[in-house]
Amino acid sequence: MNSTPLIELREVSKIYPLPSGDVIALDRVSLSIQEGEFMAIMGPSGSGKSTLLNQLGCLDRPTSGDLIIDGKNTRDMDDRELTSLRLNTIGYIFQKFNLIPLLTAYENVEYPFLMKHRKPDDTGHVSGLLSMMGIDQALAIHKPPELSGGQQQRVAVARALVNDPRILLCDEPTGNLDSVTGGQIMEMIADLNRKGRTVLMVTHDPTVAQFAQRTIIIRDGRIA
Amino acid sequence: MKNKDIILQLSVRSIRLHLLRSVLAALGIVIGVVAIASMGMMGANMTLSVTEDLSEMANILVVKASSGERSGGMPGPGGGGAPGDGEELITEKQFSDIERIAAKYGTVYAVHSESDTIEIGDSRRRATIYGLDPDILPAILTLQDGAYPKSTTSVIVGPSLAERMDLKLGSKIDIGDPDEGSVTTVRVVGIIEERGMSMDLNTDSAIIGSDKLFTMMYGGEGEYDQVNVILDDINDADLVTTVITDELNKKEEQVSVQDSSRMVENITETIGTLTSFVMAIAGISLLVAAVSIFNVMMMSVTERVREIGILRSIGTQKTEVRKMFIYESGILGVIGAVIGAAASIAIGWVVVLAMVGSTEYFFAPGSLVYIPFAMMVGIIVCVVSGVYPAWNASNLDPIEALRAE
Ligand SMILES: Nc1ncnc2c1ncn2[C@@H]1O[C@H](COP(=O)(O)OP(=O)(O)O)[C@@H](O)[C@H]1O
Ligand SMILES: [Mg+2]
Repeated sequence: MNSTPLIELREVSKIYPLPSGDVIALDRVSLSIQEGEFMAIMGPSGSGKSTLLNQLGCLDRPTSGDLIIDGKNTRDMDDRELTSLRLNTIGYIFQKFNLIPLLTAYENVEYPFLMKHRKPDDTGHVSGLLSMMGIDQALAIHKPPELSGGQQQRVAVARALVNDPRILLCDEPTGNLDSVTGGQIMEMIADLNRKGRTVLMVTHDPTVAQFAQRTIIIRDGRIA
Repeated sequence: MKNKDIILQLSVRSIRLHLLRSVLAALGIVIGVVAIASMGMMGANMTLSVTEDLSEMANILVVKASSGERSGGMPGPGGGGAPGDGEELITEKQFSDIERIAAKYGTVYAVHSESDTIEIGDSRRRATIYGLDPDILPAILTLQDGAYPKSTTSVIVGPSLAERMDLKLGSKIDIGDPDEGSVTTVRVVGIIEERGMSMDLNTDSAIIGSDKLFTMMYGGEGEYDQVNVILDDINDADLVTTVITDELNKKEEQVSVQDSSRMVENITETIGTLTSFVMAIAGISLLVAAVSIFNVMMMSVTERVREIGILRSIGTQKTEVRKMFIYESGILGVIGAVIGAAASIAIGWVVVLAMVGSTEYFFAPGSLVYIPFAMMVGIIVCVVSGVYPAWNASNLDPIEALRAE
């Protein structure tokens, strides 16, 4: 019904070899995601949701199978190209926020911009994103440990957006937040999807999954 | 915000976060830099002061008659006894040959010399007696007092001898051992300025008289202990040496020419070798420093595994991660090198004063150059120590790194 998908998985498996035996974290998963889709990924703990998202985020390579992003097979890319894909095309939001502790909130958001453009942001883009996320200038000069969980996740969302990525990957983004703050973050992400971004979100929360157009359930490394 | 280089910022902040540990690691570099710089400066100051002492006579060639083995392998009759009194002399013919060759390059003069007993008042000692052409004296010796000798009863003396024996203008000296033969009494008419150690004439403790006085006392007319050539241009040394040896040694080796510039070269070279050796030993302290830098860098990588995972996951290239840690070790190196350089000036001064005895050349470029040199070595050692930790950091698996803590 649609044109070529933005993301396509073909028989993707991920096996962790352990002394106690191989762990098959992903078992021949095939999946197509169209540009602009909002897909929720649900499933019990340890079922392989994060592993799937890490594959999509090019943080890892499949043990077997192919991952095609925007028509390019990631198998043919070297580390430099995959890294640059993470910088330019993918925005990652983690459950644990994962801000850089040595940098202020502002610098955390500016960091991917600097990596991409090799010059400081003089257009106000970074400040704009921060205020859109509800982080004012006084707050932006603080380092992550001085911010609340909700504030940190807002900064993390701003950081994920700074290079205007086509794909937003969220691994339980509200998992460490209270329900009110979590709801606000969800609203923001849903809004980003309405503006055209492809969103893939791992979540435990069925109400969160209601924002999505499509939900897949992972069990034992397979799409149920 | 003016973060020119955010990667550099991260390195600086990481060092600031662990300031004490970083400073301690840099301390090793400080010590290494100080050790290398002060040893280097010591050598340089030694070389400079020795060269200064020796270069005054670097334009002197000394021609002596060769003694000992002859080429040809014909053993002399009678079982090869020692010739004469063990020392060969330059003949009048050879002297005039040398004069003919070398006169146009400088001053040529012949030297008689003998060691003999002298007596001044009640005290006796031995001294070197030189016999020189009186006309040449003003050209080769400077007096601090008095005049050059004009007669066979007057002499000039070296300053050390004059001081030790309390000689004044007009003092009398008896030359010769009264138990063995005749004694000649001479009068001091001049005192020579200090000349230091030299290979042509060692006048500081000697008595210098005319050649007539000398031959009156010891005979040996037309035979000289050595012929000295004072060159106008130091660069002629090799040429004159070659011509003299070629012409006088045509059939067999009769004379040898000692070139003092070569001696200066040899001494400088020896000091240079010693300095390099001492500096290499000082460099061992840098090896210890390298281990401590390596250790601190490995610690920094281990502590920041998760941060590295974050940086990689949001699109930081391996080269940037590597750069971050190389910067970190480089900054430690620069801090150590700068403090080390400052300390080197103070400690180097003390070392030079103690070992060389004079800081006259301390600020000469040839001496100070060891400070930037030691700094460079220190910084390079630091950067190299950081290479493996940096390589390690950049090759961490992003997912593994993110799971850390
Ligand atoms: N780095 C790893 N090494 C070994 N096993 C792993 C690793 N990462 C994940 N696993 C295993 O793979 C399975 C899937 O993990 P994960 O994708 O994190 O699950 P989820 O995110 O759904 O909770 C689990 O059994 C987990 O123990
Ligand atoms: Mg998970």
